[in-house]
Amino acid sequence: MPAVLIEDVHKRFGSLEVLKGVSLSVEPGQVIAIIGRSGSGKSTLLRCINGLETFHAGKIEVAGHTMTQDPKKLRELRKDVGIVFQSYNLFPHLTVGQNIMLSPRITKNVPDAEALALAKDVLAQVGLSEKFDSYPDNLSGGQQQRVAIARSLAMQPKVMLFDEVTSALDPELTGEVLIVMEKLAKAGMTMLLVTHEMNFARTVADTTVFMHQGKIWEQGPSKELFANPQTPELSNFVRAGASH
Amino acid sequence: MQTFGWPEALFILRSAGWTLALTAIAFFIGGALGGVLAIMRLSRSKWLSRFASGYILVIQSIPVLMVLFMSYYGLSALGIELPPFLAASASLSIYVSAYLAEIWRGSIESVPRQQWEASSSLALTTAQQYRYIILPQAVRISLPPTVGFLVQLVKNTSIVQVVGFVDLMRAGMLVNNATYQAFQIFTLVGAIYFAICFPLSRLSRHLEKVMNASRSH
Repeated sequence: MPAVLIEDVHKRFGSLEVLKGVSLSVEPGQVIAIIGRSGSGKSTLLRCINGLETFHAGKIEVAGHTMTQDPKKLRELRKDVGIVFQSYNLFPHLTVGQNIMLSPRITKNVPDAEALALAKDVLAQVGLSEKFDSYPDNLSGGQQQRVAIARSLAMQPKVMLFDEVTSALDPELTGEVLIVMEKLAKAGMTMLLVTHEMNFARTVADTTVFMHQGKIWEQGPSKELFANPQTPELSNFVRAGASH
Repeated sequence: MQTFGWPEALFILRSAGWTLALTAIAFFIGGALGGVLAIMRLSRSKWLSRFASGYILVIQSIPVLMVLFMSYYGLSALGIELPPFLAASASLSIYVSAYLAEIWRGSIESVPRQQWEASSSLALTTAQQYRYIILPQAVRISLPPTVGFLVQLVKNTSIVQVVGFVDLMRAGMLVNNATYQAFQIFTLVGAIYFAICFPLSRLSRHLEKVMNASRSH
């Protein structure tokens, strides 16, 4: 059974159709990069997968849950689907440790001692054990983003979504976040990432999906796709990306 | 003729107690009501939201004096006699609820949308989002305007004298009518208002600092 199954999804913002029938299947352990210009619908698609955006037609299944508007069922789905945002979105009034432990404690009723061990474990995975008691404001952007990844991991998700997670970072800080993501990918996490990091897509993602005008324009094994674009749109996009 | 001495000064001080009591009652009852209204106003349910905004609109658009007349003279014309203290507390609570609801709605709305998104993505229920994520941040934002409003409230309670209730201001006027020593009397009345309001303003600034410190040390 695929970890994520997207079938003919359509979405409109008013009269503007941003997703025009998107279908995609992701196997467990697969890493999928979604690339494309701004406005191509890639972030919207990603946000549909955990219900942050609704869609008008089609079907999405994630980790055995069918996407629904029902709040209770949607929460069950979200326990299995982590998302990391461009702007980190840590809770500024809570320490790093509290940020990570909050949801396991209150949505999954994980006992305090276990939540603490879990938080220390995921924080070690992102290399920030010493920041347990820090507040987000006192961390660099790269560190905040790694905490955000740790916070998602503490839910022990089956699928992780990454929405342009390095776009807000200074170039010298993107590396530390990408390394964490690469480690996750190697550990077998199912990942979908919307990204502008073409190198990362090429080297870490098994499959790259190129979106254009609300459709999946082209998809294939990453190395092949970048080396050998089949459409003029992708070949232009890859060339423009290589120039900077 | 009576002169302004200790008994008169004590009378004024005791009336300041009533001003404080009224302020406290109106603030806590009005605050509780205002909190509920703020959440209703932001609710996804159209009816709850419409009811709350209607209530707020009406109360903010009429003088609080009118609410007071309605609850004292209006109700008594219908045969329901409220004692002045009750009528005053109820009217001020209604007035406070509408204003605090708007202050707090604004504070809740100024918590970035992404905080809602991040917490709902972590499978929190709406109630959990409010309790653990949104309200703690909104409270911090709302503190200065809330205490500012409280300072206004201390002074605005003086309107309750129109239903015969003797508050700080009314006590000053009564003593003045008996002694004609307006300068001394109203200096004392002013000093008492100041002694109540000034520490409140300082408290607000202190709380702001403490709360800022608690998130970055």
